[in-house]
Amino acid sequence: MDYLQWTASILLAVTSVGLLVSRDWRFSLGLLAGQYFCAFWLILTSWPLTMSAAKLVTGWMAVAALAMTQIGLPEETQPETSWPQGRLFRLFAASLVLIATVQVTHDVQLWLPNAGPQIVWGALVLIGMGLLHLGITVQPMRVIMGLLTTLAGFEILFATLDTSILVAGLLSAITLGLALTGSYLLTVNTLEEAE
Amino acid sequence: MNAPVVWIAFPAVLGLILLFLPWERWVTYIGTVAMLILAAIAFWIPTDTAQLIGPFSVRIDSTLSLFGRQMSLTPADQIVLILIFMIGAFWFFGTLAADGARRIVPLGMIVIALLVASLAVQPFLYAALFIEMAVLVTVPLLLKPRQTPGRGLIRFLVYQTLAMPFILFAGFLLSGITAGPADIDLIVQAAGLLGLGFAFLLAVFPLYTWIPLLAEEAHPYAFGFIMTLFPTFSLIFGLNFIDRYSWLRDSATLLQALRLTGLLMIVTGGVWAAFQRSLSRTLAYAIIAETGVSLLAVSLPDRQTGLQIMFFLLIPRALALGVWTLSLSIFQLDAPLRYETLQGLGRKYPLAAAGLVLSNLTLAGMPLLASFPARQALWEKLAATSFSSALWFALATFGLWFAAIRSLTVLVMSKEHAPWKSVELNEQRVLVGLGLLGLFLFGLFPQWAQPLFASLPAMFQHLGK
Repeated sequence: MDYLQWTASILLAVTSVGLLVSRDWRFSLGLLAGQYFCAFWLILTSWPLTMSAAKLVTGWMAVAALAMTQIGLPEETQPETSWPQGRLFRLFAASLVLIATVQVTHDVQLWLPNAGPQIVWGALVLIGMGLLHLGITVQPMRVIMGLLTTLAGFEILFATLDTSILVAGLLSAITLGLALTGSYLLTVNTLEEAE
Repeated sequence: MNAPVVWIAFPAVLGLILLFLPWERWVTYIGTVAMLILAAIAFWIPTDTAQLIGPFSVRIDSTLSLFGRQMSLTPADQIVLILIFMIGAFWFFGTLAADGARRIVPLGMIVIALLVASLAVQPFLYAALFIEMAVLVTVPLLLKPRQTPGRGLIRFLVYQTLAMPFILFAGFLLSGITAGPADIDLIVQAAGLLGLGFAFLLAVFPLYTWIPLLAEEAHPYAFGFIMTLFPTFSLIFGLNFIDRYSWLRDSATLLQALRLTGLLMIVTGGVWAAFQRSLSRTLAYAIIAETGVSLLAVSLPDRQTGLQIMFFLLIPRALALGVWTLSLSIFQLDAPLRYETLQGLGRKYPLAAAGLVLSNLTLAGMPLLASFPARQALWEKLAATSFSSALWFALATFGLWFAAIRSLTVLVMSKEHAPWKSVELNEQRVLVGLGLLGLFLFGLFPQWAQPLFASLPAMFQHLGK
């Protein structure tokens, strides 16, 4: 099973770096959906299938909500306003984050005796990439994807600490809520105020 | 009947229903009356106590089981419930004059319900999840249709969301350990994560950059409402952590850190407020200074007095922010809230100008106004602990005074012989006037509220004793 978890963690690294450099929203949302599948695979080691599946379904619903919103919007013509814009720079920053996560995995694992290094590393990659994403953008869609990525990383870690249904439910509600907030932020300037 | 059903589910469901009610005034009236009724129930029917109402015996159970966990509002939470729902009623009633009732009242009710849920949930650690849900509901409250989301709102969302996982993760780590020597390393690391989480949640220095930005982007009244509720519940959540862990309660380092952070916020907030050229930003920096005042109060070595000061400041703060943002809403209907566009508007809106200046002075601790007794007590206690801290506190207070005088100058300066002619609407006059009356009454007779606040620290198992 270990090698499957390592595969999931490596795929998480690939999807999160892909999210960082991708400029097409379709591609980004596809990567986000893949990311939720890999996160589900890692959570499965700590939670029963039904609870882990709920996490996967919620993640995919969040992706679907964002996709439905984007479909209704005109294609983005404005370039990213935040600095830096270059893919090479983002790849460089992402590689620094990956190195840092390798470095701290052992320390964090000491806090979480129930979690294997592959799980801790996968979660830290998501947290790091999500934070990096948040640091270099102010576009609502990208900010929401950054927040979802960071939260998915934390959720993998929480899963090793707590198996409460209430927490799982509330975290799922927050994931969906974030996606709906993103949809609102993307469409708010086209909405009419009710009289 | 269960307490969480009465004080959480009912306002949340009513808020959802009110979202679809098309009549703005009715939304305000229903929301205000509902808040008053919930405050009255909290006052007259404490949980777990049977009360005779006419021929009926009414009892509200404190606890509700939910997915294996508990939501509990005990008699110790009674005063907080009364306060929160009274504050809600006050803010919702103000929408009669401030506009935006159809967003502020329904979403505000849902936000209040979620924040009360954060008080009720056991283990208390899960409060972070409810606070985050309240943050998400806040977004449509702050950003109205046809508006483009600005940097302030985005940063608000990001910072408040990041707070949740840090606090939750640190809390989970801490819940499994004792304060034995073997745990010291883990405690230090977890405390670091916890501190980072609360730094995001309370928007402490230097993570408060979103507050001035958001103040400029959002409707002033909606902004004021959010900035009254969130810091209050975040502080109560933080105090629960201190109450829960003995190593935090007994830590001298924590008290020093709180005092330093509080002072940094008061000084930067107070001084920056004096040099702004926008009334929204002045308000934002005054709010930052207020969070600093609360942190300073908590940092006092005399815990009981510190908590009483912190809780005593809740009502003056809510009143002052209500009147201040109501006045800003009135000015905003006429001109952008920048000094160059507001010159002389005090002659058209004299009561709103008075409301703005006096509420600013309230938060600066002016004698006879509502905050004065508590700020005076805090200053006195602070001077006894650290004289230099008391001097910095004075500098910050001076900054807020200067901001108020500067706003007054701008609002009344006008061409010679420009007439004073009030064009405020009657409801605006009445609401600002009532708020001002409240500010003076609370300053002149602080002893009226003393019995209410004396028992508030009892909501904490250890800190309150």
